[in-house]
Amino acid sequence: MTASILTVDDSASLRMAIRIALTGAGYTVTEAADGAEGLAKATATRFDLIVTDLNMPNMDGLEMIRALRQQPAQAGVPIIFLTTESDDSMKAQAKAAGATGWLVKPFQPEQLIRVAQKVLAR
Amino acid sequence: MSAEDPTAAFRIEAGELLEQVEQGLLDLEHRLDDMNLVNAVFRGLHTLKGSGAMFGFDALAAFTHHCESAFDRVRKGDVRATPELVSVILSAADHMRALVDGDAAEAQGQAILDRLAAAVDAAAGGGAPVPAPTPRKQGWTLSFRLPADAMANGTSPLALLDELRELGEATIVATFGKVPALDDLNPAHCLVGWDCTLIGDISREAIEDVFLFVMDDMEITITPLAVEEAEAEVAATPDHAPVAADAPVAANDTTPRGASASRSQGEHVRVPAERLDELMDRVGELVIAQSRLSQLAGHGHDLSLRSVSEEIERLAGEMRDTMMILRMVPVSTLFGRFRRLIHDLANETGKAIELVTEGETTEVDKTVIERLFDPLVHIIRNSCDHGLEKAEDRIAAGKSSSGVIRLSAHQAGGEVLITITDDGRGIDVERVRAKAEANGLIQPGQVVSEDELLGLIFHPGFSTAAQVTNLSGRGVGMDVVKRTIESLRGSIDVNSVSGQGSTITLRIPLTLAIIEGLLVRVGEGRYVIPLAAVEECLELSLEEDLRSRGRSIITLRERLVPFLRLRDLFATGTKPDTYQKIVVVGTGAERVGLVVDQIVGNHQTVIKAMSPLHRNVAAFAGATILGDGSVALILDIAQLIAMSQPREERRLAAG
Repeated sequence: MTASILTVDDSASLRMAIRIALTGAGYTVTEAADGAEGLAKATATRFDLIVTDLNMPNMDGLEMIRALRQQPAQAGVPIIFLTTESDDSMKAQAKAAGATGWLVKPFQPEQLIRVAQKVLAR
Repeated sequence: MSAEDPTAAFRIEAGELLEQVEQGLLDLEHRLDDMNLVNAVFRGLHTLKGSGAMFGFDALAAFTHHCESAFDRVRKGDVRATPELVSVILSAADHMRALVDGDAAEAQGQAILDRLAAAVDAAAGGGAPVPAPTPRKQGWTLSFRLPADAMANGTSPLALLDELRELGEATIVATFGKVPALDDLNPAHCLVGWDCTLIGDISREAIEDVFLFVMDDMEITITPLAVEEAEAEVAATPDHAPVAADAPVAANDTTPRGASASRSQGEHVRVPAERLDELMDRVGELVIAQSRLSQLAGHGHDLSLRSVSEEIERLAGEMRDTMMILRMVPVSTLFGRFRRLIHDLANETGKAIELVTEGETTEVDKTVIERLFDPLVHIIRNSCDHGLEKAEDRIAAGKSSSGVIRLSAHQAGGEVLITITDDGRGIDVERVRAKAEANGLIQPGQVVSEDELLGLIFHPGFSTAAQVTNLSGRGVGMDVVKRTIESLRGSIDVNSVSGQGSTITLRIPLTLAIIEGLLVRVGEGRYVIPLAAVEECLELSLEEDLRSRGRSIITLRERLVPFLRLRDLFATGTKPDTYQKIVVVGTGAERVGLVVDQIVGNHQTVIKAMSPLHRNVAAFAGATILGDGSVALILDIAQLIAMSQPREERRLAAG
């Protein structure tokens, strides 16, 4: 069975790029445009991996990660957040919120796939 | 979006982001310590940089990075937001736009960055050093223990061990020293530690890369094999002590504050405008087919057919209304764009200018909005340049030092009224007269009312600017503005009070796609007169008709109104009806009567553009299809009024 991945980003172009990369690698991808939508979708369906941006309107990535980690069903679900080098404090906050790992923007599709493979339990 | 092209999507998105950034900056200019605005601007720049780099806009990413860093410092309270900083980032936004479009000048970018650096330095001081890692080789011994919550947070210890094995020859032994008695055991916590010997030519970075995501929070010692324990480097933080007793379920004090907040931003679908136009066309065809059906059903005696036909009539009507709403956008999208213009104009003229907007939620057809932009730019430029006075003159005149440009919109029936008001010196009527006389528009000393004088500013080539400034006087005058507004089936009016300012009022139909018209018959043909232009309908009796043969003018409430006999104009070759009608139509202050044979009634219809061959037939604005399938032409009122004047003059000259 292919792993299902939720990607949460307010940038439609980035979502598109992520979807193209991940579906190309054989994963099933679901999209959400902000933290609130991401939380709703992840609550409704358990995903094998969540890839989320941090800076988003409505509910930002941090809040979404915290909210997700409060749900017992989400324990152990890897959450990768997207960040930039300038965001060291965000990195710490996101990890404290319960994120599994991160990916530094800009990234190549291969990097994204590698990180996905890394955190998806084989 | 049909094509899967993230780059194209990014270009659109970048435009929107820059728009947001710009709006944020313009707000920030007035509320320099509003952290929400600072954050909004930062977020926009941040996304732009991140996405730009993703899609190969490296120059954009690099350039934006500097601006983002500057704003990051503002966000952290390191640097104050200053007007200069805001202004630099505004010009930087322009440069970013050019970078997105691929026509940026590099020198200009550098100049902006220099200004930015100066602005940031002026606002604060100091920088941050950057740490650098060091590479090493050889075999290694590792001893590590993951944070207790690692598994809950999605890290799989087994996957990490597998990754270590991929690096080289690994011997891994689990240690259970920290595992408590069964009663105290929390199975969700990761309390097992591991000791590992890794043999091979492996860099420290490669090992650290395995633990990339947990490195900072875990206990780990990585020691080169040869040196043994002596030089153990500890890269651990005691924060997340993995001792079971000290590690309660952490991070529960964080409540999801935004969980209930603002989830209501409904979903949006982005649709290219031409598809909406296509749909509109189809709906138009449907409405026409429906009215033919109604006619057929009305003639027959089949009751069930008639009821179906009525049902379809209702549905088609609702569909058309829904279609119209789809095309509507709030004027705020238009008004918002002028804030930047005002900002620039204030800088260029050295005047303090304030923009006040009202009725921004008023909705207008998207096409109308787009075509209103240029005329409004021109009007606002004129107001700022000629209307508003310098601060010292304003104070001398007893006004506030900063001039106010007020943009307001409100809906009135099927029209939207847009007024542009300034509180400047008003239009100098005497100068208008002098100019008009110099240009031969009026005779010297001719008696002309003030309203008519003001109307002259719309005459082609008219400009009162004593000297041509950078702002106005760019070769396009108010006549172009007027033509554009009239091509939108709208009208423009100007009002001015000396010393108190001027007001320009635009009346624009809410939509260009549908017209509420008066259907009339002239000879055998049927025509539609836009209802918005119709002022009243009169009867033209045969004797009045005969009496007015010589001069086509009627007296309407003590004002002379010229009229046009459409039967003559269209050369129908038919005899007039006994009781002809005059439909008095007007745009702005001008009015004209149109003599028709019969007034058929109200007719709401979808406008069809004229074919390219007929596009330059001046008297018609378009065509529509009637219920019986025949075509009716839509009269272009502005053109008809323009036509009536020379004809009338010729008549007067001849008579």
